[in-house]
Amino acid sequence: MEERPSLSNEPARYVLLLPAVLVVMFLSIFPLLLSIFTSLSNIKFVKGGFEVNYVGLRNYEKLLQGSQQRRFLGRFDDPGTFGWIVLAVFAAFMAYWLFRYVTGPRRRVFGLIMRVLTVIISGGLLWLLVRTSSGRGLPGTLVVTLIFVFSGVAAQYALGLLLALLVTQDLPGKRFFRVVFLLPMMLTPVGIGFLFRMLSDTLIGPIAPVWKAVGLYNFSWVNNPATARLAIVIGDTWQWTPFVFIILLAALEGLPTETVEAALVDGANRWQMFRYIILPQIIPVSTTVILVRMIEAFKIIDMPQAMTRGGPGTATESVTLHAYNLWRALDLGTSSALAYCLLFVVTFVALVFVNFIRQRLLEMI
Amino acid sequence: MRRLSVLLTILALVVASLASTGISYSQDKPFEGVSINLLTFTGPQIAEPLQRHAPEFKELTGAEVNVITVPFADLYQTILTDQATGTNSYDAFVFAPQWMVDLVNYLEDLTPYVENDPAIQWDDIAPFFRNFSAMYQGRIYLIPLDGDFHMVYYRTDVLEEAGLQPPRTWDEYLEVAAAVHGKDMNGDGEGDYGSCISKARSAQAYWWITSIAGPYIQSLGTAQGVWFDTETMKPLIDNEGFIRALEIYKETSKYGPPDEATLDVGDTRSLFVGGRCALSLDWGDIGTLAIDPTISVVQDKVGAVITPGATEVVDRATGKLVPCDETSCPYAVDGVNYAPFASYGGWSGGVSAGIAQEKKDAAYAYFSYVAQPAQANIDVTIGKTGFNPYRVSQFENLEPWLQAGMSEQAARNYLGAIQDSLNSPNMILDLRIPQNQRYQQVVLDTVLSQFLAGEYTAEEAAKEISDQWEEITDELGREAQREAYLGTLGIQK
Repeated sequence: MEERPSLSNEPARYVLLLPAVLVVMFLSIFPLLLSIFTSLSNIKFVKGGFEVNYVGLRNYEKLLQGSQQRRFLGRFDDPGTFGWIVLAVFAAFMAYWLFRYVTGPRRRVFGLIMRVLTVIISGGLLWLLVRTSSGRGLPGTLVVTLIFVFSGVAAQYALGLLLALLVTQDLPGKRFFRVVFLLPMMLTPVGIGFLFRMLSDTLIGPIAPVWKAVGLYNFSWVNNPATARLAIVIGDTWQWTPFVFIILLAALEGLPTETVEAALVDGANRWQMFRYIILPQIIPVSTTVILVRMIEAFKIIDMPQAMTRGGPGTATESVTLHAYNLWRALDLGTSSALAYCLLFVVTFVALVFVNFIRQRLLEMI
Repeated sequence: MRRLSVLLTILALVVASLASTGISYSQDKPFEGVSINLLTFTGPQIAEPLQRHAPEFKELTGAEVNVITVPFADLYQTILTDQATGTNSYDAFVFAPQWMVDLVNYLEDLTPYVENDPAIQWDDIAPFFRNFSAMYQGRIYLIPLDGDFHMVYYRTDVLEEAGLQPPRTWDEYLEVAAAVHGKDMNGDGEGDYGSCISKARSAQAYWWITSIAGPYIQSLGTAQGVWFDTETMKPLIDNEGFIRALEIYKETSKYGPPDEATLDVGDTRSLFVGGRCALSLDWGDIGTLAIDPTISVVQDKVGAVITPGATEVVDRATGKLVPCDETSCPYAVDGVNYAPFASYGGWSGGVSAGIAQEKKDAAYAYFSYVAQPAQANIDVTIGKTGFNPYRVSQFENLEPWLQAGMSEQAARNYLGAIQDSLNSPNMILDLRIPQNQRYQQVVLDTVLSQFLAGEYTAEEAAKEISDQWEEITDELGREAQREAYLGTLGIQK
């Protein structure tokens, strides 16, 4: 039989893909590349537009060693005894981790390189954390962001899991609470920021009488760096716990009942059922939701801007808020460089989480 | 044929009649159909009178004025980016005259407009605002709508009861604040505050430090300058005078509301007129807000004085504080060197140069309308406008003030405090060199908030500000910045 001439699959595939590729190029890749150039430039607004001068890595130098260093990385002090202990424990743990990999059966050169890089970068971040938290040290916007990310996501996961477990129990009104628990996620973050700003106002806020009753009248949450950061973590947790809750609830409701019933027959108590039956089964979903929340949390800006404007001083200024403030000051180059520094940190944390932590947890199941 | 000629005659008459009606109508409402987008900062101050007068202006001229507001921290950037990129979303702006140096290329030269506009009564505008706030290199670019000086307000009843006098120096300010802090000042049974000063970041709080540091740094007259060394262009920041000012600034927080670091000027004004503060540092606004019976519980209980001075001044050669004497402080009064700060210079209106002529005409006409004595002399007596006196007639004619509810004594006291500042030979002028916004609204504002939060000691904060100012000066060119600085100091008052 004679074969009919037809369009080859190969060109058709490209033609069909091209619009999507062009859209992605135009909306994502092009701005990404342009912002690299912006981060290497000094941009001035002049009549008729702007003047762009290439300055190489000077904007990065400004952030890491120059006038923005204290604000971005923080003020360093010598690690105290506790700081040295933390660093020593971390070094020992990392050495053991590397040793196990090198002596293990699955060692690869690329894997070793990635692990060494992980040790160096995470060690650097811990070094930064310790030195900016010791003595007269002060955390910069990078450390403040890490505090928001890790404390916020941990609290959101713990509360979200607790609420999801409660709602899966046979309790009265669980349908009602399932909807109520979702409400904070549907509100605009800036609105929540202002809401928590009012709630934390001990003088004229709506719960000022409560503050007065517990002896916290004439006290301002936002005057103290620690309480101001706590207020932001509480606000962020209030908003994003529902996101964790709804995903974990779906995971819990999708669990097969046979294993739970078998455990009951075997006499397992509630804790044992949770620890050995439920938790392992929701780990894949948990790690995914944690990853999504971590990536989002690194970009936090609305809550600190609305609640404290990054204050007191720069105590609650996140990296994104720092970049936004630099943008408002028309320092577009340094702002872009800062955005790239954040991109680097987020990518690193996400890669470490996916490749080492998530992988390890999945293997443990 | 005759019928045709009659018809043509009638038609010609109708057309002529319509045309004449049109001309007459267009003269009545010369800007009919013209719409102006006017940008200023989020009110209610400043935006309120601009919004209130817009319908009147439309009724008179046909022009529609849309007042658009952005937060104060965004105003400079919004104007600059809009004009530099040629977007021209806005036709006119009401902003800080000190930014004129960066924006002058985008502003219409209003000199011919003013020269052909007797209704604005230009000569009635006080010379300082006419020559400094409105002009750049001998040309008029801005129409003053407001006059700004810092002053200290005090509760006459509270100080009288405590047997205290209004503060003459910043040390006395702290003493008075400490003495009355915690006393019930509004009869609600709760302790109130010795001092309320707005200290919020990304707001208008960064101006106060210059009023406190000024008398420690500038003593030889306005031309000496308070910002930079006129020879080296080194900032006059990392010295004992500025450090002392930082310490005073922080110490006032001891006698203020617990959340003072987050209060904007609107908040501290509300606290003061709500009877919760004995002292406050502000522009002219508290004086007029205090007479508004709808918000004030301190009517006729408010006094105003020139910002306090100092009895020591920085020796610029060593950076150390030395006692004032006849040589170092020639303008001192009873041993106190005063340096009132003409901070902000008064909100003023400018017109974009990149818009159609009819819009320029309409925008100028609107600023002229708001600035004319018939409107301005009433507006400055209303607290919520944010407009403070800037015309000679507003200082000389007490009638509008009395009609607004001020007692004669209070009016004389309030206007006297402003005049004392305006007439001072040692008045401090705003920084008006290129990119002054970066020096003050970016660096000074951020480091001050870090200092208040305890992130820096006074010495560290002074060094940090100084270092970052040096970085900007080096980036923009030291000699060019120096020339610009000297140019602004030589201004005739």
